[in-house]
Order: sequence, then C-alpha cells, then structure tokens
Amino acid sequence: MESGTLETLQLIVSGLANGCVYGLIALGFALIYKAAEQVNFAQGDLMMFGAFVALGLANESHMGLPFWVACIGAIAVMAALGWLLERAVLRQVFGQPQIAVVILTIAIGFLLRFVAGIIWGHDPLTLESPIAGVNQHFGTLVLGLDELAVIAVTLALTGLLFGFFSRTRLGIAMQASSQNQLAAYYMGIPVKRIHGLTWALAGAIAAVAGILFASKGSIDPNTGLLGIKAFAAAVIGGFGSLPGALAGGLIVGLIEPFAARYVASGYSQIAPYAMLILVLLIRPRGLFAQVHAKKV
Amino acid sequence: MTGTLLQIRNLECFYGPVMAIRGVSLEVPEGRIVTVLGANGAGKTTLLKTISGVMDPAKGDILVAGASIAGRDPDRIVKKGVVHVPEGREIFPLLTVNENLAMGAYSRRDGGVDADREMIFGYFPILKERLGQTAGTLSGGQQQMLAIARGLMAGPRVMLLDEPSLGLSPLLVNDIFAILRRVNAERGVTMLLVEQNARVALEIADEGYVMELGRIVMEGPAERLQQNTDIQEFYLGAEQRGLRGERRWKRRKSWG
Ligand SMILES: Nc1ncnc2c1ncn2[C@@H]1O[C@H](COP(=O)(O)OP(=O)(O)OP(=O)(O)O)[C@@H](O)[C@H]1O
Ligand SMILES: [Mg+2]
Repeated sequence: MESGTLETLQLIVSGLANGCVYGLIALGFALIYKAAEQVNFAQGDLMMFGAFVALGLANESHMGLPFWVACIGAIAVMAALGWLLERAVLRQVFGQPQIAVVILTIAIGFLLRFVAGIIWGHDPLTLESPIAGVNQHFGTLVLGLDELAVIAVTLALTGLLFGFFSRTRLGIAMQASSQNQLAAYYMGIPVKRIHGLTWALAGAIAAVAGILFASKGSIDPNTGLLGIKAFAAAVIGGFGSLPGALAGGLIVGLIEPFAARYVASGYSQIAPYAMLILVLLIRPRGLFAQVHAKKV
Repeated sequence: MTGTLLQIRNLECFYGPVMAIRGVSLEVPEGRIVTVLGANGAGKTTLLKTISGVMDPAKGDILVAGASIAGRDPDRIVKKGVVHVPEGREIFPLLTVNENLAMGAYSRRDGGVDADREMIFGYFPILKERLGQTAGTLSGGQQQMLAIARGLMAGPRVMLLDEPSLGLSPLLVNDIFAILRRVNAERGVTMLLVEQNARVALEIADEGYVMELGRIVMEGPAERLQQNTDIQEFYLGAEQRGLRGERRWKRRKSWG
C-alpha cells in the first residue's frame, strides 16, 4: 500500500478509537437525559474515576489483581457509585429546575476529581493492561492492538445495550418511562427505581469507557474534562438519542486527528466545536433526534 | 348483594394553594360501572390521579376492598388491582403495540399474562393486526383501544377510565363503550368511569355522581340521573359539542 493511504487508515483507526470513548461517554449523557431528563455534567469525571478504580485494582503498585478481575470490579464499583449518586443526591432535586441538576452534577465532577487526586495523586498514571502498547501488523499496515480492542469492545457493548433495550422487560420499561413518565407510573413501573438503575448503567458504561481510555494512554484526575468533547458529541448526535450519541462520538473522534494533521495547530483544537455549530445550524435538534416530542 | 370494592372518604387534594378536590366521598360496588360526570376543571382527573397514587391526598382516605391505599406509590397501587387508563391515552409512542401491552403487565408476576393478551385481542382484534406497529402511528381511536387494552393487561380488579370518549367520533365512542360494557359483564372488571359525555356514560353505568368545582353535587342510579332535568340541560343538551371543542383546545394549550 502507498504510505499516504496507510497513514490515512491509521488516522481513521486512531480517530475511531478515540471516538468510541467519546461515544461511550456521550451514551452516558444520553441515557440519563432520556430516562430522567437530567443533564449529567459529571459523566466525563465518572469515566476518569472508573479508569482510576480499574488502575487501582489492576496495577502491581496498588492491588495487583488480574486485569479482567479488575475490569469487572471497576464496572461493579462504578455501577454502585452511579446508583448511589442518584439515590442520595439527584433524587433530592427531582422536579427542581434543570439548572439545579446541572450545578449539582458539575459539583459532583469537582468532587470526583478531588477524591481521585487524593487517592491516586495528580501525576499521570498508566493502566497496566495486557493490550497497551502492543502492535498488530497487517502487511505493511501497523495498528495498535489497544485501538482495535477499543473499537471491538465498543461494538460489543453497543450490541449488548441494543439487546438490553429492545429485548428485556427492564430495558423496555426504561424506554417506556423515558417516553412517557406519567404513563409509566400509571402502569406500575417503578419510575424512581428505574432512574437509579439508569444511573447505575451510566456508571458501568463510564467504567468501560475509562478502562478503554486508560488502555490507550495515561490518565490523571483532569482526564474527565474531555467529557466536554463527549458532550459536544452527544449534542451533534441529537441529545437523548443513543445511536446518535455513539455516532456523534465517532464523528468528533474522526475529525480530531485529521484536523490535527491538516489544519494549522492553533485551529485544530476547535474542529469538534466548529462541527457542533455546523450541525446545529443545519439540524438544530442534532443528527439523530427522535421525531416524537416528549410529553411529560 | 356485592360489597364495595373502591371507597373514597372525604378526599381533599391541592395543587399548591389551589384546592382541586374539596371533600369527595364515593363508593364503587364490586362488578359495577360507576361514572363521575363533570364539566371542564371539575376535578375528575385529579380524583383519578389521587386514587392511582401519582398525587397524594391532603386529607381523607381511599380504600380498596377495605384496605387503605391513600398516599401509596403508584406501583404498589397497581399491584392492589387498581389501574388507571389516563385521559388523552398516554401510550408509549415509540414502543410497538406489543411492547405497550407488555408494559401494562409490568407489575404482574403470575402466569396469566399470555391468556389475558389473547382475551384482549378478542375485544380489540385490530390490535392483534397491529402488534408490531409503533404505537404513536396508530389512529386516535386505535390509541384509545390500546390504552384500555394496556390497562387490562395489568389484570385489574378496578379500572379508572378518564374520558375514553375524548376526541373520538360518535361511532367509535359507541364501539368502545360497548366493549367496556362487555369487559365489565364478561370479565367482572369494576369500573370508575370519568366522563363529560354524560349520554354515553350514563348508558353503560349503574350509578353516577356529578362533580362540580371539586365537590360531588349529585348522585344516584344512572337511570335517575338520565331523567334529571339539570343533567339533561347541562350535559345531555345540544351545546355539548361546542363545549367539548373549546375544552380540547384549552387542554392542548396547557400541555405545551
Ligand atoms: N398541574 C396542575 N397545577 C395546578 N392546577 C391544576 C393542575 N391540574 C389541574 N389543576 C386545576 O385543578 C382543577 C381540577 O382539574 P382536573 O384536571 O382534575 O379537572 P377535570 O375535571 O379532569 O377537567 P377536564 O374535564 O378538563 O379533564 C382545575 O381547576 C385545574 O385548573
Ligand atoms: Mg380531566
């Protein structure tokens, strides 16, 4: 293959891998927004925290558990944390104006960064993952195993979530209560418990995103600030649309490496936001917004 | 002689400082259809919401088969056999007909769900044809049928029906009320039916109450209410259509 095509392919794969992480964080935003109409600005920090929990469980210098055990542990811890946050904090402001939720979740984000800094320090750390830094050769094409794994895991998780939402009773009940909360109450669906479970699911997804992100590079307590890009991704996809969140993440992820490669360095940083503005001008409700307006 | 299945005692409800229910008492005997008639804003929907637990009463009590359910969470009340078929249908628009029906049975753990689904298709054959269709794309009449069918999937002892005639053609209203009457007679489902369309409601009801500004102002057997001149004037008269048209417009506006 020509070196130009090779480079483009490598850019695409690394862009997709980043995009998957953005997409998973955006998915967390969208899930919580759909279920409870809460905008969770702490989703990026949950991702960071999930990465640190996995690191704390897996790295030799900390607990040194087997990598897969650490992953499952981190997912469980983050699901519990998500559930607890809803139960103890978000439920207290249920029915309050959206701004209360926004301020509260921003505060939760600060708190998570603070706690992560106390426990794991402020220096960048790397997750000791079996896939980090391994290269996969396809003829002359060399791709990072970590990047391929990120894409594969995101695909698998997407399939799993799709099955959950379209096939299981609980998944359909989550959809139902997000489409018409009042009717869900009338049908005896325990709406508040569903909100708690949605936060748990968002926490678990954040852990997966965190593990994937930390498999590709180092993390520090401020890593979660890339949640802003994921937020842009969620808006591009149409806030509250799950496929849209993933697609938005991939779009942002793909734009970045190409902007960095072809646009002057001072401007490449703003490419995702330029995209955001462009999409909002053309399709104000995002690319994948569902046509049915919400009632409740 | 059958006992009282649903009993409401001196109920009072508020929206903030606004008193919407001002001391309502009523009884629904097991196996009967009881209707609550009342104009726009009388408090009928508020009454049903309080029974089904999405609103808490300020005062008074609600008993199902003698046990109080006042102030409980809606999912516990559904488990007690009380299901609310809301005003304006309120189906799950992006779920399929089949999924909507499954959500009706959400609180159930017994094995009778499949049999009940077949029973419901007997009453609403159109829903069987539309099983895989997204509910939001059904016609208004079909959505109302789905809302009733979804409620029946809960296997209720008593159904709270909030204006099932709303926005439907007279022909469809007759169809749906005929089905309600059959469900009541054949399945023994007790019904508390809230209506502005007094003519059709009094036709299928055994007993009726008239509500005004949060109070019960009249009650009696359905035949007697049909004969009553006030009711004939206010609810069975010719001005009914205009009133309904205006009311629907108002509701749209308040829903935003
Ligand atoms: N969410 C609300 N906030 C404040 N007031 C309300 C609210 N909902 C209803 N009300 C008021 O409570 C009173 C009773 O309303 P309700 O909806 O129970 O009447 P209704 O008999 O069902 O009327 P309709 O026939 O139009 O459905 C009305 O005066 C109404 O303005
Ligand atoms: Mg009403």
